[in-house]
Amino acid sequence: MSELIMSTGNKAVAAAVKMAKPLVVAAYPITPQTEIIESIADYVEAGDLKARYIPVESEHSAMTACIGASITGVRVFTATSSHGLLYMHEMLHWAAGARLPIVMGQVNRTLAPGWNIWAEHTDALSQRDTGWLQVYVSTVQEAYDATLMAFRIAEDNRVLLPVMINMDGFLLSHIMQPFEMTEPGDFIPPLDLPHKIDVNDPKGYGAMSPANVHYQFRFDMEKSMRASRTVINETEAEFAKRFGRSYAPVEEYFCDDADVIIVAMGTLGKEAEVAADLLRKEGIKAGVMRIRWLRPFPLDMNIKGKDLVVIDRDCSFGFGGVVAGEIQARYPDAKIASVIAGLGGQEVTYEDMAEFVRSRKMGTEFWFGIPQEEQ
Amino acid sequence: MTEIPKEEMLLKCPSTCAGCGSLLALRYILKAAGKDTVLVIPACCNSVIQGVYPYMLHTVPVYNIAFAAAAACASGMSEALRAKGEKTNVIVYAGDGGTADIGIQALSGALERGEDFLYICYDNEAYGNTGMQRSGATPLGAITTTTPNGKTVNKKDLDRIVEAHNLPYQATACSSYPADIYNKVKKALSIPGPKFIHILAPCPPGWRIPSEKTVEIGKMAVKSGIWVLWEKEYDKFTVSAPSRAAMKRPVPVGEYLKAQGRFRKVDEKTAAVIQANVDKNLKKIALEAAQSEETE
Repeated sequence: MSELIMSTGNKAVAAAVKMAKPLVVAAYPITPQTEIIESIADYVEAGDLKARYIPVESEHSAMTACIGASITGVRVFTATSSHGLLYMHEMLHWAAGARLPIVMGQVNRTLAPGWNIWAEHTDALSQRDTGWLQVYVSTVQEAYDATLMAFRIAEDNRVLLPVMINMDGFLLSHIMQPFEMTEPGDFIPPLDLPHKIDVNDPKGYGAMSPANVHYQFRFDMEKSMRASRTVINETEAEFAKRFGRSYAPVEEYFCDDADVIIVAMGTLGKEAEVAADLLRKEGIKAGVMRIRWLRPFPLDMNIKGKDLVVIDRDCSFGFGGVVAGEIQARYPDAKIASVIAGLGGQEVTYEDMAEFVRSRKMGTEFWFGIPQEEQ
Repeated sequence: MTEIPKEEMLLKCPSTCAGCGSLLALRYILKAAGKDTVLVIPACCNSVIQGVYPYMLHTVPVYNIAFAAAAACASGMSEALRAKGEKTNVIVYAGDGGTADIGIQALSGALERGEDFLYICYDNEAYGNTGMQRSGATPLGAITTTTPNGKTVNKKDLDRIVEAHNLPYQATACSSYPADIYNKVKKALSIPGPKFIHILAPCPPGWRIPSEKTVEIGKMAVKSGIWVLWEKEYDKFTVSAPSRAAMKRPVPVGEYLKAQGRFRKVDEKTAAVIQANVDKNLKKIALEAAQSEETE
């Protein structure tokens, strides 16, 4: 039995990294992520984690140093947030394209201007197409568990793509909750990178690849992304079997008999459960679907015939809520009321979410906090 | 006499322009480095001249990486290899744009952290791969596709910027002096920590010189003193033999300028400024060498 300890989301991620034993960590500070890399630096200084900590001069270099380390076949980790993630953008494509199983803690934070350090998902969603797997967590325990699982999923030879663990800034990164610091044992097998650099078998990496081969590399990424659905399911099942905590790519809360389902990611998706309880007391058959894995996108959501109230803590300007749009694209028959809420850390309570459900107008988009006449 | 190994580390038929100075330099760099080496190459001419997948030019692993990213990639690679107890040389081979301009932040960071790698900048004084646009390393007066009337400001003094990081080993070289390159790379790789070598690499199409003149133009650069070969090992600053000879009686820089089409719009006034810059720099270097000798 592992001990139950109080911890912030950030420290839980760092604790999971210590358990996973990466050999190289390269990172750059940014609020609200900094506590993750400070904790890791402490572990390294104290000798609790036998890793090289590279205090790089930018996030662009953090991701690049991870790439350089990873291609030698060692386990690597980094963490970032918001503008740091955007500054990495170019190298996110390089990491995925180079098929490197880098794991990154990503604390979701609003993008400037104006300066704002509070939770929003636009940072990670704007990196949607980089070839990274993206998981969104909702509790400190889940942050810990998802980080452990991320290494196993990324390093599986059927995947070999990087994984980003997303956690809401402050709402989870800085909130203290009790969690079980499970010893993973041999849950994460040793990394065996098939294409690691070998001076005795010299190869060129990333040389010019013309059109007749490039699309094949890209389809290979897509195939691995598809295969990752199986690997995620297997990994989450194995985790549940070993440690007793189960997760699904989409967590459902009273969805079977629901007429209306709130769909959200991160802490909003957890808070929505309280809204569903409230609505059920009023006689409204409400449920919640919390999308955990946005990439690979879930293809088996059981939403037929149900009203969906999709809450996006993001906006794609000139389009609308990213998650609502993705669901509509993959489930053309889905009936959606789209809500843009929580931008810049705007407070969204379970009472607010219950009201989104009560006053929903299917097929419309509603910006929480903006007067009706301006919508 | 320097004994340079006969074995070639580059395979035949690179897709360089004829007379490429950067490839000439790389030939001797790899002979000095040997097989236990990884090359890190950011966007530059050398990312293209490797040929097309699945073929390769080099007989050591080559890791291609984004334009601004070479020094950071080498940092991660070196840290990981050292953590595994492996001594493999990590060598960046980057152009002047990737070093003096877009890559300078990553370079500065890696040098400051003391990463164990060798960064070699081959300097053809413009963005050669994209068709000769001006870079921070383009010299005053040189025509490029973005300075059609000649560059109006001076070449960035990259070596002084690097020197401010107090490296254990730093040197300049020129592709026209292969033995000097060979020796400097050998020495650099024998020293732990960050090392930097800046190699002037004439570019026939960019400099608008006949392709058989690469070696000759490089030698003219050294003989005029517009390019000085030196090395600095910790605090010991030494002018290398070819430049020691040249500094005694430098050839007027006008001859170097006249031999290249890229300087054809340089008027007398600009030529005088270039000469004055050369004179000033040579004085500075002579003084630094003398001071270094005194403190011996």
